[in-house]
Amino acid sequence: MIHLAGICRTYQVGDQPVRALVDVDEEIREGEHVAIMGPSGSGKSTLLNVIGCLDRPTAGSYTLGGREVGGLDDSALTQVRRHEIGFVFQFFHLIPRLSAAENVELPMVFAGVPRRERRQRAAAAIAAVGLEERAAHLPEQLSGGERQRVAMARATIMRPALLLADEPTGNLDSKSGNAVLEMLDELSDNGLTLLVVTHNPKVAQRADRILFLVDGRIAKRVAGDQVGELVALLTEDD
Amino acid sequence: MTLPELLRFALRGLTGHGLRTALSLLGVSIGIASVLVLTALGDGAKRYVVGQFQSLGTNLLIVLPGKTETSGSFGIGGVPNDLTLDDAEAIERFVPQARRVVPVSMGTEEVAYAGLSRQIAIVGTSPDYLKARQLRMASGEFLPADEFSRGAAVTVLGHKTARELFRGEDPVGKVVRIGGWRMRVIGVLARQGVKLMMDFDDVAVLPVATGMRMFNRPSLFRILVQVHAHTDLDLAKQRILDLLIERHDEEDVTVITQDAVVDTFSAILGTLTLFVTGIAAISLSVAGFGIMNVMLVSVSERTREIGLLKAVGVARRQILAAFVTEAAIISGFGGLLGLALGFALVHLGVRLYPVFEASPPVWAIAAAMAVSLGVGVVFGMLPAWRATKLDPVLALGRR
Repeated sequence: MIHLAGICRTYQVGDQPVRALVDVDEEIREGEHVAIMGPSGSGKSTLLNVIGCLDRPTAGSYTLGGREVGGLDDSALTQVRRHEIGFVFQFFHLIPRLSAAENVELPMVFAGVPRRERRQRAAAAIAAVGLEERAAHLPEQLSGGERQRVAMARATIMRPALLLADEPTGNLDSKSGNAVLEMLDELSDNGLTLLVVTHNPKVAQRADRILFLVDGRIAKRVAGDQVGELVALLTEDD
Repeated sequence: MTLPELLRFALRGLTGHGLRTALSLLGVSIGIASVLVLTALGDGAKRYVVGQFQSLGTNLLIVLPGKTETSGSFGIGGVPNDLTLDDAEAIERFVPQARRVVPVSMGTEEVAYAGLSRQIAIVGTSPDYLKARQLRMASGEFLPADEFSRGAAVTVLGHKTARELFRGEDPVGKVVRIGGWRMRVIGVLARQGVKLMMDFDDVAVLPVATGMRMFNRPSLFRILVQVHAHTDLDLAKQRILDLLIERHDEEDVTVITQDAVVDTFSAILGTLTLFVTGIAAISLSVAGFGIMNVMLVSVSERTREIGLLKAVGVARRQILAAFVTEAAIISGFGGLLGLALGFALVHLGVRLYPVFEASPPVWAIAAAMAVSLGVGVVFGMLPAWRATKLDPVLALGRR
């Protein structure tokens, strides 16, 4: 489903080029659950942003669902993001003046889904994350775990094939974090391709595979249950 | 995304910072209200002046002695011929478009009765003056109908003159002294007020021949010619000019239409209106920059939201539309409020100064509304464009 070949991403910081991604080659199959780990500044988030079409690679080829997306123009990338990709962020990124249900509706509003259908789908999605009683609440009236569940309902409302999560439990206590991880697992079991960026080995071990990034390169690839191998690497670096 | 949805989304954006929105909205209101009030003022002034002229009679031509042109060489031209009663009679006889021909001679004299006296304007004229100048009588009769050259020793007094000199006595039938002349008062004019700087309440009207003899002037002050219809004005003007050139052997009179005078005043006041409207437009553009400022703050405050919108696949033009709509809502509602405020002020003004029948012209209302919406769109464009230019990765990364 995702095919990366020689992906590079170089930033210019002052007069110094910063190489966030260097020659990344990777193949991610449909329905796979992949965790991305690595020390801070290793390029995890950049990789996720490139895969999520929020950022463009400076070199290399990125094929999503059989289509080369690296060279698409802005409005084509917008369409890709709208229909094929869902995002979950560490800081939820809910719009504070909109209710939980309205936040979930938001992508459909701009995608031109009719109001009635929007309402129904948003209500169903809110119910699916167990928040039907809080649908009318504003984000500030919800707990962190509830906010992230709303954000997940929003990320999946356009029925994307690919869900990208950047430290989805990074801001949550372990109990609500677990609830979120359960939901991600469930989505993955239902065939959604899932990429999770995380520092947390407990999050990573749920994945089928783990990519370990160091200095913009994939330094190690291990199966999810072998996360122990990486823990040493992580602590060593910190 | 449909328009109502866009409006709804934009409204939600605005209510997030109500005070800021309200203040910039007020800025637009004041701009629009000032456009309205100032145009109403200009328009009111114009109507007032035109009304003043019309109260002095319509379809009037005014013949003045002398040519209002600088003559090319000395000696030739020189002192103009007199404008005489014979000229007036000739116009009456030979210009068929003329409905009323009214010779006027003017001067000032002392009018005295029973030890009281006033220095006032004296108008020597013919009976038709009353109708041509749209004056009304309070009591008695106006000048008797006879030929121009027969000067009877009678006078008609202005309202105020009569009141001041006679102190409650009925002036009709009494004899006053005007200059060295004894005149019998045959009537009193109704209260007219000041029309075009001429106080028709403090005046004495005499037969024209009497006036000319009194002032010892061979020339008339002017001849008023009222034509039958507005369309006759140009032809009548030409005929009169031709006739008087023939009689005087040179062009030594000037014929103006009262409408031309009105038009000149109208043009001056129109320019003045535009000028004050321009000043008001400046305040509107200041309000525009206010909106721009508010929107720029709003965009930088909502950077993360914009990043999120991009992440969920909201197109650039949709983001642009959303922010421009917010600005347009501020200015549109500001415009409506400004209209209300402007109308209220104009209404108040008319109440305080009833002679001034000011009302904002329709074009100004329409323009104010269009401009206020336009202000939002134009000044909202830059902030909205900035929003679309945000890098989603950086925007989302900001906390």
